[in-house]
Amino acid sequence: MMLAILNIDWQTLTDATALGAIYALMAVGIGLVFGVLRLVNFAYGQLVMAGAFALALASQWGWPIWAAIVLCFVVVLVLSVLMDRLVFRPLRTQSPAIMLVATFAVAFLLESIALLWFGPLGKIASSFGTLNQPVTISGVDIRKITIVAIVVAAACLIALTLLLERTTVGLYMRASAMDFQTARLLGVRANRVIGTAVVISGALAAVVAIMLTVQTPLVTPDFAFRDTIIVLAGVVLGGMNRPVPATLGGFAIGFASGILGGALPTNQSQYLPTFLFAAVIVVLLVRPGGLFDRSHTVERV
Amino acid sequence: MKRALLALQELAAPALLVVVAALFGTVVSLSTQAYFTDALVSVAIVVALYTFIGNSGVLSFGHISFVAIGAWTAGVLSVPTGQKPAIMPNLAHFMRHWTTGNLASIALAGVIAGVCALIVAFPLMRLSGLAAGIATFGVLEITHNMLQYEERIGPGLNAFSSVPETTGLLQASVGTLIVIVIAFAYGRSRFGRLLRATREDPAAARAAGVSIYRQRLIAFTLSGILAGVAGGLYVHLLPVSTNSVYLDLTFITLAMLVIGGATSLWGAVVGALAVSALDSYLAIAENGASLFGLHYDLPAGTRVVVEGALMALVLIVRPSGLTGGREVRLWPRHRS
Repeated sequence: MMLAILNIDWQTLTDATALGAIYALMAVGIGLVFGVLRLVNFAYGQLVMAGAFALALASQWGWPIWAAIVLCFVVVLVLSVLMDRLVFRPLRTQSPAIMLVATFAVAFLLESIALLWFGPLGKIASSFGTLNQPVTISGVDIRKITIVAIVVAAACLIALTLLLERTTVGLYMRASAMDFQTARLLGVRANRVIGTAVVISGALAAVVAIMLTVQTPLVTPDFAFRDTIIVLAGVVLGGMNRPVPATLGGFAIGFASGILGGALPTNQSQYLPTFLFAAVIVVLLVRPGGLFDRSHTVERV
Repeated sequence: MKRALLALQELAAPALLVVVAALFGTVVSLSTQAYFTDALVSVAIVVALYTFIGNSGVLSFGHISFVAIGAWTAGVLSVPTGQKPAIMPNLAHFMRHWTTGNLASIALAGVIAGVCALIVAFPLMRLSGLAAGIATFGVLEITHNMLQYEERIGPGLNAFSSVPETTGLLQASVGTLIVIVIAFAYGRSRFGRLLRATREDPAAARAAGVSIYRQRLIAFTLSGILAGVAGGLYVHLLPVSTNSVYLDLTFITLAMLVIGGATSLWGAVVGALAVSALDSYLAIAENGASLFGLHYDLPAGTRVVVEGALMALVLIVRPSGLTGGREVRLWPRHRS
């Protein structure tokens, strides 16, 4: 009933869920690194962009799909490890503002390298074109990628939860996210935990790159840039400190922007960012610590 | 009296730097002069950012909205009446026949931007940390979105062409000096000191009876006014469009502030001028000019690559910025 009033059909609903799923993966990628490093990685979108260009090049060279996927993972992982070694590690002890601006610089750098290399018009990644075709389930046309995205995102999140809950390194990561100083005093190796977080976050970026290129095959230097901004807002909305709220925040904002895109009348759809960010501001005002934050503590003397 | 004189020394260094930059601008060729004018306007924007971010320690991504609002105000007020229908066909009725002079348009840019900043600050200044960062980012997104599609208040997706280009070297340097003096006066005032106290130790400041909310509100509004003035200068410099007062400008000005050293006025001025100088130098090098006896011919686009790398490098080597975030005095007092 409610859905019918808001002029939302199943099509919009599944698309919104798929967008939410992809954003949730990006949110985990950003949230994991934030947890251990207290670093908001603005250059995350550029990792996704690099992976997408790897896919585009692979499809241009006529590589088989598995090779394209391997190339994408290799490129993104190498880049994220380099980023950690060259930029994040020397700045680890600095204030969040300085680290944030450093990631701006890295984002700028990667985007302009892509611009120099591939030009502003970008390249087409067409290896996964078949996934874009629709299947009809009980009268609703759903693109295959929508289902794939939801399944892959769910699988990644389950695997990640298992890793965090059931392995030693997962325990270290959760401990570090809670209190890095104390964790280190208790014998958790900083470089190992941070390295693992960076690698996992890079792998997630590669997965996101694959799914986004299916949805938008045209890869330009600013690929995934806007998505990163929206996901960052979502992560803060959810609550940055812990992976689950961050993921939920990412999903929520993806889902909300999908639904808003479908529900707004066409003469107002250009104001989508206004509605979205107005909602973000309102939520932040009501719950500054995040939607899913239960503790509410302010330091007192 | 003596204290006031000593304090003025801290103002003298940044002001002198701006004057020197402006004087250099008068002796170079006309095409190079444009880079100097541009650099001076960025100093004004970065000093406006410093007034809030530097003193409060809260990162704001939203200040370029006030630059944009200032640019829109001054732009709408200064496009000649005869050309308004061509550039802004859907402009609201009451603005169609109303134009002001150059100075009035810049002053009103500050006023309108300040009012907007005050309205935004009422709810937003309750936030801090990342929540504040994202919320101010939301302000930037909303402003950008509205200015882009709301054609009753401006040219929408088009650029502000045919605004009289009055921001030459003189107007840019005088305007920037005024912005610096106001920022300095605020920093020396009771309010500036209270705000810096909340930056250093929020809990202690609160315990001493300082309202963090009120102090941030004042600083945010003031820096909104200054950003609006800078926007007014900007629209009189070149045809501003929504994309020239959006993400790129936000990032570059924040980078200028952090690279210079976010916690001092001197840092803001040095950072803005240093990054502008680098940017102009590389822009000239990209065009294949000879500089200092060396012939460069960089491929187009290298500029941003080099800038990104250098910025990251500066932050790694000197995380507290080029100036270390301290003020300087021209004649250091000798301690006995």
